[in-house]
Amino acid sequence: MSAFLDALWQHAFLQHALVAGLLASVACGLVGTYVVVRRIGFLAGGIAHSVLGGMGAALFFGGDPMFGALVAALVSALLIGWVSLHGREREDTLIGAVWAVGMAAGVLFISRTPGYNVDLMSYLFGDILMVGNVELWLMLGADLLLLALVGLLYRQFLAVSFDEEFARLRGLPVTLLHLLLLSLVAVTVVLLIRVVGLILVIALLTLPAAIAGQYVQTLGRMMALAVLLGTLLTASGLALSYGPDLPTGATIILLSGAVYLLSTLLGVPLARALGKRRAGA
Amino acid sequence: MSEEPIIQLDRVAFSYGGPRVLDQVSLSVGPREFLGVVGPNAGGKSTLIKLMLGLLEPDVGTVRLLGRRPVLTRQHAGYVPQYPAFSRDFPITVEQTVLMGRLGRTPVLGGWRRADRAAALRAMQDTEIAELAERRLSTLSGGQLQRVLLARALACEPRVLLLDEPTANIDMRLESDIFDLLKGLNHRMSVLVVSHDVGFVSQYVERVACVNRTLMCHSTAAIDGEVIRDLYAAHVLMVEHRHP
Repeated sequence: MSAFLDALWQHAFLQHALVAGLLASVACGLVGTYVVVRRIGFLAGGIAHSVLGGMGAALFFGGDPMFGALVAALVSALLIGWVSLHGREREDTLIGAVWAVGMAAGVLFISRTPGYNVDLMSYLFGDILMVGNVELWLMLGADLLLLALVGLLYRQFLAVSFDEEFARLRGLPVTLLHLLLLSLVAVTVVLLIRVVGLILVIALLTLPAAIAGQYVQTLGRMMALAVLLGTLLTASGLALSYGPDLPTGATIILLSGAVYLLSTLLGVPLARALGKRRAGA
Repeated sequence: MSEEPIIQLDRVAFSYGGPRVLDQVSLSVGPREFLGVVGPNAGGKSTLIKLMLGLLEPDVGTVRLLGRRPVLTRQHAGYVPQYPAFSRDFPITVEQTVLMGRLGRTPVLGGWRRADRAAALRAMQDTEIAELAERRLSTLSGGQLQRVLLARALACEPRVLLLDEPTANIDMRLESDIFDLLKGLNHRMSVLVVSHDVGFVSQYVERVACVNRTLMCHSTAAIDGEVIRDLYAAHVLMVEHRHP
């Protein structure tokens, strides 16, 4: 542990990784809370994997892969969102199709891109140790945008996440809010994929928020706790992986999964027992 | 106060793509009327409420809520659904659930205003759940949850309350509590309540609408075994009840 702290003091790349973990945790804590309570983890996974197709196409045609990723993520988010509102029964099939087709298209495009031999693993797991200044500023910008939107439209997002029919009766533009929320998921995924990789994005979107949801009373507190948990998990994953030189992204994911499992098996029953004792006293 | 009807249906027909679920339905609900809607399962009762709220559009005929198309006026209606459309483990407190009724009556951006919290508190006091305000929804009993749904509808400050089987999932004693509550609210607004239990509901309302694809209204004094047999197309065992 002290070796890690010494290294953190000396190496800029470790400091960058720590800040990247914090910034990613803010975005994932905010958006992930909606993903968890709306039960759209599978949908977020589909959007994340379709990004690969967009990146591959952009590389093949000589464009910016980030732009291709953004277009692919937004198109699949709006497509899935539109279908889920108009023909609910086929939503999961469509998500599966977008997921598989996106990945396959990405692999095909990349294999046909002359002179470009990209390692697929780097998209799947990213490399939080290679984060540059530009990516950090982009993530900070995204975090501020998300904080502003969630702060201004907190009640509306809560209403459509909680009870869509009632929100419609109260005159809310339910379709628009639903698609806006999915677009936020898409933008978050794209920004973070380069930094921490596709799999870690899905893990950070779901696990901290899911753990937080087990203990708190409101959506706002769930977001705050999810951000805090995400920060702690990425920081400890970074520290754990540094000594034995393990892949950082995978270490963070496994740590998050273990904490989620422990929380479900031990933490929740414990909290419930304590709550009963307090209520009885 | 004008005597313009709150809800008016004129020769309405509706189908979900197959045979007609409702046909030739005409109905008028007046200000401060307490109307019971009864009928067999799958007879079209919930469909009727959804048409009144503009959640469904009729194939034939017209539906008017406060004199206009329901999509334009439904913010003045308080709706209590039969099944909550949300999951019970959603992280939300009772007060926040009730506050959802204030949407559309509060500025779009930012947080709840003082007037919203006051209206939510009044609604919770009317339904006797003010002491549950900070409880998470997942910790409530079925009867408590029903009161929360009613409070949410009251927080809309509605001119008409539409309730779809508000007592289907709770026991008899709580059922009379809820109906006593509705009777009290009826001094301020029209109330339309769907029930599967014609005997019970007719103790409280002046008029029942019997829905089984078509709709017929009866004043509660005139309900006897024959009406009920016609409605359910089966022999029904019935206990006489008297209106005091």
